[in-house]
Amino acid sequence: MVKKLITQDTRMFLTGNEVIAYAANAAEAEFMYGYPITPQNEIMHTWCKLLPKTEAGFLQTEDEISAGFSTIGGILAGKRAFTATAGPGNVIMQDAQSMAEMMRIPFVCAVMQRGGPSTATVIYAQQETRLTCFGGNGEGFRIVYSTAGHQDLYDYMIKSFNTAWKYRFPTFMLADGYQGKMREPVTLYDPKSRGITMEPTPAALRAPGVIGVDREATHLRNTFNLEEELMEQLDKYQIDYDKMSKEVEEYLEYKAEDAEVLIIAHGIVARSAMTAVDELRAKGIKAGLFRPITIRPLPVEPMRKAVKRAKQVLFTESANGQLAQMCLEKLYGLTTPYQTLFKMGVGVTGDDIVAKVETMVQEMANV
Amino acid sequence: MITTLDVKPDLAKAQNAAAGASKFCPGCGHGMILKTLAKTIDELELNERAVFGCDIGCSLLSWNYMNLDTVQTHHGRTTPVIYGVTRANPGTVGIAYMGDGGGLAIGAQHLVNAATRSENLLVIVANNTNYGMTGGQMSPTTMPGQKTETTPYGRDCEVTGRPAKAAELVASIADPNKSYVARASVSNLRKLNTVFKKALKNVADGGYSFVEVLSVCPLNWRTNNEGTWERLKTMEECFEVKEFLVKEGLE
Repeated sequence: MVKKLITQDTRMFLTGNEVIAYAANAAEAEFMYGYPITPQNEIMHTWCKLLPKTEAGFLQTEDEISAGFSTIGGILAGKRAFTATAGPGNVIMQDAQSMAEMMRIPFVCAVMQRGGPSTATVIYAQQETRLTCFGGNGEGFRIVYSTAGHQDLYDYMIKSFNTAWKYRFPTFMLADGYQGKMREPVTLYDPKSRGITMEPTPAALRAPGVIGVDREATHLRNTFNLEEELMEQLDKYQIDYDKMSKEVEEYLEYKAEDAEVLIIAHGIVARSAMTAVDELRAKGIKAGLFRPITIRPLPVEPMRKAVKRAKQVLFTESANGQLAQMCLEKLYGLTTPYQTLFKMGVGVTGDDIVAKVETMVQEMANV
Repeated sequence: MITTLDVKPDLAKAQNAAAGASKFCPGCGHGMILKTLAKTIDELELNERAVFGCDIGCSLLSWNYMNLDTVQTHHGRTTPVIYGVTRANPGTVGIAYMGDGGGLAIGAQHLVNAATRSENLLVIVANNTNYGMTGGQMSPTTMPGQKTETTPYGRDCEVTGRPAKAAELVASIADPNKSYVARASVSNLRKLNTVFKKALKNVADGGYSFVEVLSVCPLNWRTNNEGTWERLKTMEECFEVKEFLVKEGLE
């Protein structure tokens, strides 16, 4: 049993990566497996520094492939284990993530996005949106929370563990280098004080009981002999996924009720959008924000309602429309015109959004 | 009149009787290795502590061979899954079972790093000098001149390099105070039993063990019984069968 460091509400001024390590401890995480890659390193630095106090476990593996697979090993052994990665590390960790998808392993990973494709930048981007939601050779049976600041990092890291273990779909907290490296005030708390009980983490391998006496041996596999055998399994997963979606979907609307221009953004860009909304409103332009917090599964119904109410929509991202593509598919049939503000691997500021929306008001979108 | 003998197969407790008929090709070496392993686990009474992991390739067909908690993983990834288990749950006797492709090609970084760190597990590489399940391509251990689907005119070491020597490699990097490293062969299952016994004892005491087992693949080798045996003897000349590293005091 790990020792929890936060027993009462504590206000701290931390980097996002530090917040994630504290959150994992608050969630009673027992083991971290990881491999260094910028900009997520301080998650494991902090985790390691705290080990004498937390009495948790850590293994620095030989790469992200093994970080992913050993995390799976830890989870199968019945530990609340997790990992973190970014960029090219996220790419090679897909191997393990797809195994977790197929075998319904409650895999938890914090993704701190950096620029891509390839090595690109170590700083920031929103270009792992599609990869984190749909990476691997599968169907995207994953849950992805996109955070917009340090309190989110704390809240959703804790939540990710419970979501993963409750529904047994790999769960990701998608943030970015800005959030990882930036310092912000944050309130750390004991989840118990918020009525949050951590889900149990039963062992799949070496479960209690003697084989052949109390129970049969466990044989876990991800290989199937027949196409139909596979489809039958995946059809069941889809039913579970759809059922879970209704319970897990989260979103945030900011002044979206009467918005004529609705901005759709996720993660830290949504925070820029909030400042832009205030500025635009001060100028008499009725702008609002729809921020999906779960970007997989997307909160489709509320998003459709918000889009239907608006006269125009603006999609903005630090990527070339990775979220927009996912949303547009779900907005099929609606006729609200939209425009885009995409900056590949670059931060989107409030000023960028204000300027864009001002042009939209002058010249109506026609897409 | 035809009469059948009502003789039950001699199964180890660590073998899963419910798995039914063997999934391996006739003449395959996996069955011999796995059965020997199962008997050794019985002898050491490690059944309740053992966790068995198998790779992709023919080794995956062992996913329900053992009457042990088992996980079938991905190409080359059995080693990290199993050390993930033993790190999280010390006292587990972790066994990572794979072929020469999984051990020495696609999973080589795990072989090297698990050995360097001397992780607490037993890594078994069944070396049959080719990729069996994918149809007989060259593997890192294909012998000089050996014909495979991707070396149809024989392995030319000038072009493809020399055969990889797993046991020698591992012995040179594993911690001598924690490790047992050996190469055995399916030509002598009694000897293999002795090797597995030492390897498992060492892992049960918290150590790292590596056993390479020279094995056979008559289907892809396109050999009959005699040819298979001859090939195995040639392999034993190419890959020295012996103990490479024995932790002091291990018997």
